[in-house]
Amino acid sequence: MIITKQKPFEKIMEMTEPFGKLFVVGCGKCATVCQTGGENEVHGMVEKLSDKISGFTVVEEPCDLRLTRRDLKEHKETIAESDAVLVMNCGVGVQTIAEYTGKIALPALDTMFIGMTERIGRYYERCKACQDCILDETGGVCPIARCPKALLNGPCGGQVEGKCEVGEYKDDCAWVLIWKKLTEQDRLEEFTKFRPPRNHYTKILTTKLIS
Amino acid sequence: MRNKRPAYSDLMKEIREGKFVLTGELEPEKTTGLEEILVSARAMKPYVIAANVTDNPLAMAFMNSLVPSYVVQRDVGLETVYQMVIRDRNRLALLSDVLAAAHLGIKNILAISGDHTVLGDHKGALPVYDLDSAQFVYMLSKLIDEGVDLEGNEIHGKVPINVGIAANPNANPLEPEILKVERKTKIGADFIQTQTMFDIDLTKEFLKETERLNCPTLIGVFPLKSFGIADFFDKYIPGVSVPKDLLESMRKCKEEPDKEKRKMLYDEVNMEFFAPFIREIRKTTKAAGVHVMAVLYERILEPLVAETM
Repeated sequence: MIITKQKPFEKIMEMTEPFGKLFVVGCGKCATVCQTGGENEVHGMVEKLSDKISGFTVVEEPCDLRLTRRDLKEHKETIAESDAVLVMNCGVGVQTIAEYTGKIALPALDTMFIGMTERIGRYYERCKACQDCILDETGGVCPIARCPKALLNGPCGGQVEGKCEVGEYKDDCAWVLIWKKLTEQDRLEEFTKFRPPRNHYTKILTTKLIS
Repeated sequence: MRNKRPAYSDLMKEIREGKFVLTGELEPEKTTGLEEILVSARAMKPYVIAANVTDNPLAMAFMNSLVPSYVVQRDVGLETVYQMVIRDRNRLALLSDVLAAAHLGIKNILAISGDHTVLGDHKGALPVYDLDSAQFVYMLSKLIDEGVDLEGNEIHGKVPINVGIAANPNANPLEPEILKVERKTKIGADFIQTQTMFDIDLTKEFLKETERLNCPTLIGVFPLKSFGIADFFDKYIPGVSVPKDLLESMRKCKEEPDKEKRKMLYDEVNMEFFAPFIREIRKTTKAAGVHVMAVLYERILEPLVAETM
């Protein structure tokens, strides 16, 4: 899931200040689960900015252009008459809506990461979309997402009692986790092997996937 | 197992000859001057075979380490170990600096990850980590042994450099650390330099665990110039803590009002702790030597050498 966090309200006030009428768009998927841009949060925002609001809706999946088109169709005129769209989505949703409506799109949320939800309010980054997954070799623990140095041949000297130097030794060292998992699985050869430098060429060129 | 690389540096030559070596440490700071470094280098020269020149330690932005590494060799005649962290440079910049180092006659590189930027004085910086330190060792092996870069492009001219890696015997759990060191020795490390050690048992355990790797190891020691430094070290250096007794002895020295007497007291405490420590390493282990990180505390080297070598 794409984890999002609402921007501080003062920041949203500042951002929306130059615009007269705002149309608010929420997200029926990730931002609903994160409670940052679902129906409740959209209503909350509409209430806070009531004198500026021209209309609002929650798109089922704003990152999908087809669903955005479908769900915004009935609001076409209201949106056209608005000065900007306040989008309570991840960055993908904001751009999809900007593209579809042709309006100035204002992000009400900050996109945090691709993460796992433990429960509402507790999310953990688990994937960097690096386009070259090696989770089969690392005991199901991603060193790209979970090691702040993204080491492919860890651990570094900054692990103390299995904790990482980044974040004051509160978080687990990803490479100690990997070592533990591979030990449990009796696959330490996957730990010991050398992983050569990554080829970033393909990743840099791959910003779309078309088949 | 890879073939042993020739000993290009005096440090490597002495290690291969079986001498118990001492190395020192120099730290460029936030300055454009090299006077202090040169004073330190001259002061330590009689006692050490080479000196490490640190590369933005603790992610503090200082003068780069290549220039002082070169100037110390040129003006003082003391061989240097050019520390290179992979935090601040991608593979292009690393390669550029290695070729420049080879041109300037640098004979040792210590390839290290470097403390994360969030620990430093530019916490908002984007850290690079294009290569990790093992991959940097791999790149160095290509440059040194095969004369090609990571893409196989030919390098004109030689890169006669020996490669050191860092290890932390204080690591707990220790096994992943040992396996990591093993990985690097297989791809091209000539010597290991450890994090600062205060615990002789941990030092011995590490040496025992790494003996099969057949890679000479320098044990890091850090004589503590003042209580302030000891305290800072204890609190802020990842993976290291100063023994409580030693820290307490240092605290007592601090209470001495007379500056000269205080210095003497600090020296005594350091000698009491480190002389037996180094003697023990020298006499009872297969360590190749000791890396003395006595930055700006070169005066301790004379008595330390007299007592231990």
